[in-house]
Amino acid sequence: MDRSNEAPDGGARARTGAQPSSTGRRAFLKTGLKTGLGVAGAAVAGGMAGRAGATPMTAGAEADPATLPPNVPWWNQYLGDGVAAHPYGSPSPYEAHVVRRNVEWLTATTESSVNFTPIQDLYGFVTPNGLCFERHHGGTAEVNPVDFRLMINGLVDTPKVFTIEDILRFPSVSRFHFLECAANTGMEWRGAQLNGVQYTHGMIHCVQYTGVPLRVILDQVGVKPNGTWLMAEGGDSAGMHRSVPIEKALDDAILAYAMNGEMLRPENGYPLRLVLPGWEGNMWVKWIRRIEVGDKPWHTREETSKYTDLLENGKARFFTWEMDAKSVITGPCPEKPVLHKGINQIKGLAWSGRGRIKEVHVSTDGGRNWMQARLADPVLPKCLTCFNAEFEWNGEEVLLQSRTVDETGYVQPTMQALQEVRGVNSIYHNNSIQTWLVNKTGEVENVRLG
Amino acid sequence: MSVLARTLTRGITAGVVTLALGSAAFAFELEAGKPYDLGRPATPEEIAAWDIDLRPDGADAPVGQGTAAEGEEIYMVQCASCHGEFGEGRDRYPVLFGGEDTLASHDPVKTPGSYWPYASTLFDYIHRAMPFGQAQTLTDDQTYALTAFLLYINFVVDDYDFVLSHENIGDIEMPNHDGFIPDSRPDAQPETVCMSECDVATEVVGRARIIDVTPDDDGETAAISID
Ligand code: HEC
Repeated sequence: MDRSNEAPDGGARARTGAQPSSTGRRAFLKTGLKTGLGVAGAAVAGGMAGRAGATPMTAGAEADPATLPPNVPWWNQYLGDGVAAHPYGSPSPYEAHVVRRNVEWLTATTESSVNFTPIQDLYGFVTPNGLCFERHHGGTAEVNPVDFRLMINGLVDTPKVFTIEDILRFPSVSRFHFLECAANTGMEWRGAQLNGVQYTHGMIHCVQYTGVPLRVILDQVGVKPNGTWLMAEGGDSAGMHRSVPIEKALDDAILAYAMNGEMLRPENGYPLRLVLPGWEGNMWVKWIRRIEVGDKPWHTREETSKYTDLLENGKARFFTWEMDAKSVITGPCPEKPVLHKGINQIKGLAWSGRGRIKEVHVSTDGGRNWMQARLADPVLPKCLTCFNAEFEWNGEEVLLQSRTVDETGYVQPTMQALQEVRGVNSIYHNNSIQTWLVNKTGEVENVRLG
Repeated sequence: MSVLARTLTRGITAGVVTLALGSAAFAFELEAGKPYDLGRPATPEEIAAWDIDLRPDGADAPVGQGTAAEGEEIYMVQCASCHGEFGEGRDRYPVLFGGEDTLASHDPVKTPGSYWPYASTLFDYIHRAMPFGQAQTLTDDQTYALTAFLLYINFVVDDYDFVLSHENIGDIEMPNHDGFIPDSRPDAQPETVCMSECDVATEVVGRARIIDVTPDDDGETAAISID
C-alpha cells in the first residue's frame, strides 16, 4: 500500500519532454489532474464502496519519472505565471477535492439547507473562509454595504440606525471562535449513518472574527433598566430571528464584519453578523438588520419548532444555547484511510462552548484504554483546539475514539450515556464520542458500538 | 445606567472568574460607557415598518383580523404547492398539520398542532418568511387568516368562521403549550474519567457503510428520513 519513493535504476538523467508554453503547461496540468482524479476515483469505486469520495488525487496517482531526481522537472526550468495572473488567489488545482459538500436528500431545497466543512483536509484550527460550512433558511442575502442598515429599537433611550461606515468607526476586537450548528452530528442519534467525518462533524468552522463588542453599540442607544432580552433579526428572506439574554450581549458577543482578515463572505453574513462565542450557530444571526431590546423572550420559530431538543418522554428542552465539549478524530477517518503499517499519526479537533479544552484522550480499542493526546498551541477559549497522538498499526482491526475534558471539568459522554438521558429523537446537541473502525485493509468506517 | 457601567459594577464581584476564563477582557480594553457620536435616531415610520415581530402574549401584534375560511382560500393559492392541500407537506417540505400523540414515539411528527407552544409564533413566522422566496408580501389580515386556517386544520380552533385578530392571538392555548422544559445540561456525565480497563461495550452493532446513504462525488444516494 505504500507509495513508492524508490531510487531509479538507470540513474541516467533525462530531460522533461517538450518545453511547455504557458498555455501548454496549463493543458498539461489539466490532463494530469484528470488522470489523477480518474485513478483516485477508481480506487474509491473499487475498494472503498460506500465511503464519501474525498480522496486526494495523489492517493492513486503515480509520479512521473521524468520529474524525479536525478531529472530536473519542467517547473524547475521555465517561467511560471506572473504576479497579476490571480488577483485573488485560489488553492492549488491538486487540492480541488477540498470543498464543501452537501447531502441532497436531507432538505427540500438548497436555499433552506446546509453543507459541510471538509475538516478531514484541514490543518491547524483556522478554517479558510471559502470552506466554512453554510446553513441558510432562505438562501444567501446579497447585500450591498452602501444599502446596509442596522436598526436598534425597543426598550432603549434612543432608537438608532447605523450604517456600515458607522460600525467600522467603533473600536474593534479580534477573536478566534468556533461556530457549530446545534444539528452537527444530528443524523447519528439512532446509529452510524453517514460514512465520512465531513458529514458527521462538518457543521463547524473556526475563524478569527473582527468587529465591535455588542455592549459598545448597546451603550449608544442606552438600554433601559427593564431591557433584559435582545432579539437579533436577519436581513435574509427567512428574517431569521432569535432571542438572546442581555447577559450574553454584555459578556462576549460581537457584531462582526470580518473573518480571517477580510470582510465576511456573503454566505457568512456580509456585511455584519452576530457572534455569540460558544453558543449554537443558529443564533449567530447573519446579515443582521435589527436588534430589539425587550423584557421577555420572543419564542420565535427557530427557538420553538426548531432548535428545541425532544426527549424520550415527549417533553422538549428549550433555549439550549451552549455547545457542550466535543472532539473528533479527523484522520484517520472514512475519507482518510490508513495507508501505512507501522507508525501513524492520529489528528483531530476538540472544542467547548464553556471555555478552554483541558485534555483530549485517544483510544485504539473502542474506549477500554485511553492515552493522553498532545494539544497544539494555542489553546483558546470557545475555539477549536488541535490534538494529535501516535499510533502503531500492525494491520489488525482498530477502534479509534477521542474524548475531551474542558476546563469546567465537563467530560465528553459516550453515545449510550447521552441516549440514556435524552433518548434518540433530540436531533440537536449530539456531542458523543465518535468511533471509527480501521479494518484490515486500512479502510475506515463510521461504526456504532454496543 | 449605561450597559457598560452596569457590567462593570457586576464585574467587580465576578472579576476574578472573568479574568480566569480570559474571555471577557473587553471592559478593560475599552473606555467604560464612552459615547460615540455615531448612528442617527430611527424615525417612528422606520421602526413601524421594520419592527414586525410579536410576542406570545400578543404584545406588538399588528392591528388586523382574518378567519380560517378566508385563510383556506389564500392557502390553496399561496401555500399548498409546497405544503400540500391538507398541510401534509409535499416532497420534503414541512408538514403543517397532525402529529398528535407522536412526540414520545419512535417517529415524532412536529407540527404547529403537535409541537408549537404559541400561536404568535405562527403569525410571526408566516408574516416574515412565507411564502418561501416571497417573504413579507402577505398583509396583516391575510396572515391572521392563514394563521387561523392552520389553527383550524390542527383542531386548535373548531369554528371555520373563527376570527383571529391582534386582540385574541395572545389568548390561544396551543395543545403542546406545556411541552417545554428548561435546559438542564450539563448532563450525561460519568462518575469518574476512566483511563484503563474501562467497562464499555466494544462490539460493532451498526455500520454507516451498510446503511449506505453517504453521498459520493458522482451523484445521489437513496433517501432516508430525518427531521
Ligand atoms: C416554495 C415552497 C413554499 C411555499 C409556497 C410556502 N412554503 Fe412554507 N415553508 C417552505 C420551506 C422550505 C420551509 C422551511 C424553511 C426553513 O427551513 O427555514 C417552510 C416553513 C413553513 C412553516 C414552518 C414549519 C415548521 O415546522 O417550522 C410554516 C408554518 C409555513 N412554511 C407556512 C407557509 C404558509 C402559510 C405559506 C403560504 C402563505 C407557505 N408556507 C408557503 C416552503 C414553502
